[in-house]
Amino acid sequence: MKNKYSVFSLIKNALSQHENWQQAWGNPEPKKEYDAIIVGGGGHGLATAYYLAKKHNLKNIAVLEKGWIGGGNTGRNTTIIRSNYLWDASAGLYDHALKLWENLSQELNYNVMFSQRGVMNLAHNLQDVRDLKRRTHANRLNGIDAVWLNTEEVKKFCPIINTSTDIRYPVLGGTLQRRAGTARHDAVAWGYARSASDMGVDIIQNCEVKGIKRNGDRVEGLETTKGFIKTNKIGVVAAGHSSVIANMAGLKLPLESKPLQALVSEPVKPIIDTVVMSNAVHAYVSQSDKGELVIGAGTDSYVSYTQRGSHNIIEETLKAILELYPIFSRMKMLRQWGGIVDICPDASPIISKTNIKGLYFNCGWGTGGFKATPGSGDLFAHTIANDEPHKLNAAFNLNRFVSGDLVDEHGAAAVAH
Amino acid sequence: MFLINCPFCGERDQSEFSSGGEAHIVRPKQPTELSDDEWAEYLFMRKNIKGIQFERWNHAHGCRKWFNVVRDTSNDKILSVYKMGEKPPVNYK
Repeated sequence: MKNKYSVFSLIKNALSQHENWQQAWGNPEPKKEYDAIIVGGGGHGLATAYYLAKKHNLKNIAVLEKGWIGGGNTGRNTTIIRSNYLWDASAGLYDHALKLWENLSQELNYNVMFSQRGVMNLAHNLQDVRDLKRRTHANRLNGIDAVWLNTEEVKKFCPIINTSTDIRYPVLGGTLQRRAGTARHDAVAWGYARSASDMGVDIIQNCEVKGIKRNGDRVEGLETTKGFIKTNKIGVVAAGHSSVIANMAGLKLPLESKPLQALVSEPVKPIIDTVVMSNAVHAYVSQSDKGELVIGAGTDSYVSYTQRGSHNIIEETLKAILELYPIFSRMKMLRQWGGIVDICPDASPIISKTNIKGLYFNCGWGTGGFKATPGSGDLFAHTIANDEPHKLNAAFNLNRFVSGDLVDEHGAAAVAH
Repeated sequence: MFLINCPFCGERDQSEFSSGGEAHIVRPKQPTELSDDEWAEYLFMRKNIKGIQFERWNHAHGCRKWFNVVRDTSNDKILSVYKMGEKPPVNYK
């Protein structure tokens, strides 16, 4: 690495008033031709480029980003990382990612602030209890750590939760994955961008894709706002805008794009040292290192690309938060925002080839893509480089909507929707 | 967040309505003769347009009737509302 970050580089740069830090990644103009182009410079896209360069020896790669690095959903999510999914295929995919997270700061020489503070999922009715216990068993059979906590144990693990029995949705217990946690979302994008750039990947910001040039059943290049760029491998990782890009190639995807909202409070002293998710009442909360409560709300029910979301959605979430955590009743919320998420009918992602040669899609992560960033990039890079899926993403092909072999995680895996 | 002009009740808050997704997806006339590809197209594939979309809405917390809406999904502006069974307005494409 050209400019390795360490305690020594920190001291050295402190002596020169931090004025001589190098730019973390380059800002090149696009070349005429690349071996592979990744459309979308979010965490997943940058990770894909990084693993293509690192593990598959492709060096002539570009990442095209219509805005700026980390300005999309990578910088808008609530940073929750976990792998406690119900089905075998999902467990394999998300736990692969979690294992990569555990060593990511060292691998990228960039502190992604991965914190295994645990994720607790609450049960509020008898069916929740049955479903979550079943998921705990399924997780353990797949080698994923998971424990069931009864109400007293939930209270002990997170004392500010209201466990009284006279609330509308009483806490009947919960599951805990201790290896789960959070990471600094921007740092993930920046770390991958820096390492990819260091290996020769061209990261081209403010470059929007306007069209896909096809020759019969194969791709030949991309029309962009910075001119035509030739390539015969295109990996699309465009999240909420996946259908827009697919449309340029004459493809239809099983996706609907909807606004998903999150909000943060004013910063306060440490009060909650874990992540608590409650799907039944739709309230997710953790605390950032700055001290803000990070709260995830739900999606709107309609297709929209507005990056806003409706007020009634966050009102509902805050009602649930207040009932579960009466201590937050006088907290002020600082910011609220929306991101556009692409949701699959089975709430599982698509990491797949298409029937157009050289065109690959990594999409459909819906409301929970951040946790999979390293795994998604690794497996998508494998798929692009070998023109064949890795065994861990074979089930997440586009053809499952024709064959009927869906990975139905709606409800099953505590998918937030 | 926006207002929807229900053709039966008048203008109401969007939170009173539930979205029925893309409109004018015709149920197959001969389901037994459909191929797997055609089923996938009917059940799962969606245009998911950024721009002018034809969609179905239900006034779930009102008259509970279904109707069609033309909406620009890039800014949530509603351009037209028309009843079920009526032909979609031709000036939007």
